[in-house]
Parts: sequence; structure tokens; C-alpha cells
Amino acid sequence: MKTLVIAEHDKGVLKPETNKTITAAVKLGFDVDLLLAGENLSAMSEQAASIASVSNVLIADDAAYANQLAENLADLVLSLADNYSHIVASATTTGKNFMPRVAALLDVAQISEIIDVIDADTFKRPIYAGNAIATVKSLDSKKVITVRASSFDIAQEQAPVAVTSVTGKGSVGLSEFVSEEQTESERPELTAAPVVISGGRGMQNGENFALLNGIADKLGAAIGASRAAVDAGFVPNDMQVGQTGKIVAPDLYIAVGISGAIQHLAGMKDSKVIVAINKDPDAPIFQVADYGLVADLFDVLPELESAL
Amino acid sequence: MKVLVPIKRVIDYNVKARVKADKTDVDLANVKMAMNPFCEIAIEEAIRLKEAGTATEVVAVTIGNKSSQEQLRTALALGADKAIHIETEEKLESLHVAKLLSKIVEQESPELVILGKQSIDSDNNQTGQMLAALTGRGQGTFASKVDVQAGTVNVTREVDGGLQTVALKLPAIVTTDLRLNEPRYASLPNIMKAKRKPLDVIAADSLGVDLAPRVQLVEVNEPEKRSGGIIVEDVATLVEKLKTEAKVI
Repeated sequence: MKTLVIAEHDKGVLKPETNKTITAAVKLGFDVDLLLAGENLSAMSEQAASIASVSNVLIADDAAYANQLAENLADLVLSLADNYSHIVASATTTGKNFMPRVAALLDVAQISEIIDVIDADTFKRPIYAGNAIATVKSLDSKKVITVRASSFDIAQEQAPVAVTSVTGKGSVGLSEFVSEEQTESERPELTAAPVVISGGRGMQNGENFALLNGIADKLGAAIGASRAAVDAGFVPNDMQVGQTGKIVAPDLYIAVGISGAIQHLAGMKDSKVIVAINKDPDAPIFQVADYGLVADLFDVLPELESAL
Repeated sequence: MKVLVPIKRVIDYNVKARVKADKTDVDLANVKMAMNPFCEIAIEEAIRLKEAGTATEVVAVTIGNKSSQEQLRTALALGADKAIHIETEEKLESLHVAKLLSKIVEQESPELVILGKQSIDSDNNQTGQMLAALTGRGQGTFASKVDVQAGTVNVTREVDGGLQTVALKLPAIVTTDLRLNEPRYASLPNIMKAKRKPLDVIAADSLGVDLAPRVQLVEVNEPEKRSGGIIVEDVATLVEKLKTEAKVI
């Protein structure tokens, strides 16, 4: 019994989701290998080899894996699957994309977005936008699992372990990368930030999101948004916090002008401390907030910025 | 070009799911059901492709008990040409659903299959990717734009860092994200017309797919409740509380 974790990385940097997924994988109770698939990986490989509890790092360096295309990546993982009882990745948009493909090719179920490991076969995962927590037991001999990284701690470091090269088929010829539009930001990433401040429909337009900048600067916070704000075109999709957007669990979450729809709460209610600022005293967000402030956000935000 | 759109009947997105007292599952008795929101977006996209002259036929398919025919009629009212109901009383998993759908793909040979990226009940986000694997097709998941060309489809995907565009060889599988389109409502005349459109019923166990469970639902629990918070008077109190009580700033 052995576990393979597929690393999440972007622009030459190993994402914190990888470390957290290792923590979940260690709980399964077996040795953990880490697969790093992409292009020009040498800088990242030492970082990968230094994550505590990783036994071996496998490097698949090929242009076909550079953009994490699901078809090519799934084929690579499939070629390594014989050696492993558990195949694990984080439930990011990358993991969600290629992992079910791996599962189907192995003819096994996938256990999606686990938040806890009970034993090597049994896991907890949220269903119905987090309104229920299911305990599920996999009956397949091989388990394919994605992990909600925000539910696990970052793994410690260790002295670097061995790094081995592996080769896959490369491109399977079904898909090609065309282009990407990356949102550039100096701020910490939503899923890794200790503080998140999010705006909702109450922000009224995209320009008003600038009101969150000063506060975010002072708190070292990432800026998020509700689905309503993204749908209205105020801000780009990658800022969405919720059931179908990003799941965050920071130390402090500040919801500004967000009513608190079920699907938004699903993305942030595991935050340690929640602050809600909304002028509607009946907004459902106050039911999950530790501290609520019933006031007009346009009065409160400048005041809050200067008070910090 | 034929487009196949698998859809799912789920709890209405406005309804809060409650866990059964015996913790065996979520209680769906007398709960309002509807088409999964991501499936509505998938139907809309297929209909727009037909209106643009790119698609020639839109086929909706669902898997479930007799009641799920309601959602098929909705799909027909929205503009699908015909519907297929794979009938079963069993609660199926994503892998089973993908396998059953792969049989319909064999039968119907659609150039494009458009599905919702996830259903808001099980929140698995698997079926489209699994169907792509089982049919050996490329997959454009979490689509915010679908652009069909000769022999390929360009799909712009909502990813964690922004947007990624991939080109897939046709036939291909696409799963929808929220920003792909804004679904229309069915008009009354179209709802009436939908009643006369063809709806084929196929028994799930006639398709030769092993539907034995791969995952056992051990227990379903309520999530841990957050203890009630307080309403603070002003910004100064809020900052004070965050510093001294919560100690998070």
C-alpha cells in the first residue's frame, strides 16, 4: 500500500495546496510519493523533495504537461497507477479536471474534496453546499481522492529526499493549449491568505472594490467576491468564494455587502473568525458572523481603513 | 452537428438541505426539486449553438426515476429536440452515470456533449470528465466560452488563476461554469409544444452497465454549527474586539 500525490504548481512555484494535500495523504497511513509533472521543473523539485513525509519525488518533465492538460496528465498518472493503492490530488481546478479522468480510466470511483480522513478507506466530505457532511467508504481496491486543502495543515519540512525522473506518453493528441489570461495581483492568494476580505453585490460596481484595497493592504489580506459580484461583472471569476468557486478558511474573513447565500457560505464558513458588514440587519450572513456591523459599507470602509 | 446534453434533477438551489434524523442521508421528502443550475446553462448553450446554425439537433438525457421526466420536459420546452430518459430507482454514482451516458453517446454519436460541471446535491464534479475518459474524448471543463470551429472546439475555462483556453478535437466533452451564459425561461407555448416532443424511455439495467455501488454512504451529519456571534455598534468596537477578543489582527 502506497500513496501517490500529484503536486499542484503554477509558474514554477509549488502551491501551498500541495503541502496541505500531503498532510491529508499522510493520514492514510502509507508511504507518500509526490509526482511533479510539467516543464522546467528543476527549481521546484528540491522544494518538493523537502516536504516532510515525502518518500520519493517523481519528475515528469515534458512540454505536454506544461499546462496541466487533463488528457495528457491523466494518461501519465494512469501509467504510474500500478504502484499505488491511493492516488491523491488537491481539489483545485487542476485536480478537479484530471482526477475524475484518472478514476474512470482505472474503473474506480473518485472520492471528491475530502475534509477528513477516518481511515484508509473512509473519508468525510461536504455535500449539498456544505449543509451536510457525508462519511463515505470506498469499496474500490484503488482509491482516487481529491482533497479540500483548506481543511488540512501545511506539512513541515524535511531534508530533501531522492528525485527520480519518469516519462509518460506526453501528448495523447486530444487537446492543445491555446492561451491563458492570468489575473496579476501583488496580494496573497485567496486560498492561502490568513485574512480575506470579500465584496458582494452591495459594492454596486467594480470600481468600488478599490475601497477594499487599503484595508487589504493593512491586513495583508486577499480580496474575494461573492458569486453575485462576479456574475454582475464587477470582478473576475477567479475571485469568487463559494460552493462552485474557491473554498477558503482564513483566520479572519470579512464579508462586505454580501447577503450570505447558501452557496457563498459554503465557501467561507470554516473561517476561524467571520466579520459581516451589511446594511440589512436580516441578511443571512449575520447568522454565521462572529461580529456583525449593521451599517452602510460606504461609511464603514473608509473608517475601518483608518482605524487599522 | 448533434449536441447531447445530460441533465440532472436535484434539490432546488433555493432550498436548504436538511439531514434526516437517523443520519442515513439528506431528507428529500416533499422538497422542491428542479433542474441542476449548471445543467440549465448546458441546455442554453446547446440551444444557442442550434440558433447560430452550428448545431442541428439537441438531445437531452437524464438518469433517474419517473419524476425526472419533469426536467426532460423543461429541457424540451427550452428548445431541445428530443429527450431520453434512462430509468432507474437506484441512487447512482458519477462513474455509473458516466458509463450509462457513454452508452447513449455510442447510440447517438453526438459531436459535442455539454454537461453541468457539478450537481449541487452531491457536489462531486466528476461526470463530464469521466465521460470524456470513457469515450476517449478531450474535455473542456468549467467553460466560460465555447467556440466551435471546423473539427475543433475552443473552450475557455475558468481556472484558479484566471482563464485558460484549450482547443479540443471534435467530438469532445464540455462542462459548464456559471458565466457561460444566462439561461432563458421557457415560454408557455413552448411548454405546451414540449409535451408533444419525443421522449424515449430506456431501462438503466438494459444498457449492460455494472451498477453495483463503489462507495458506501456510512453516515450523513449536520455540519458543525457556528456559535452565535454578536452585533457590534461601530467600527471602533469592531476593531477593538478583533484585537483583544478574537486576536486575529
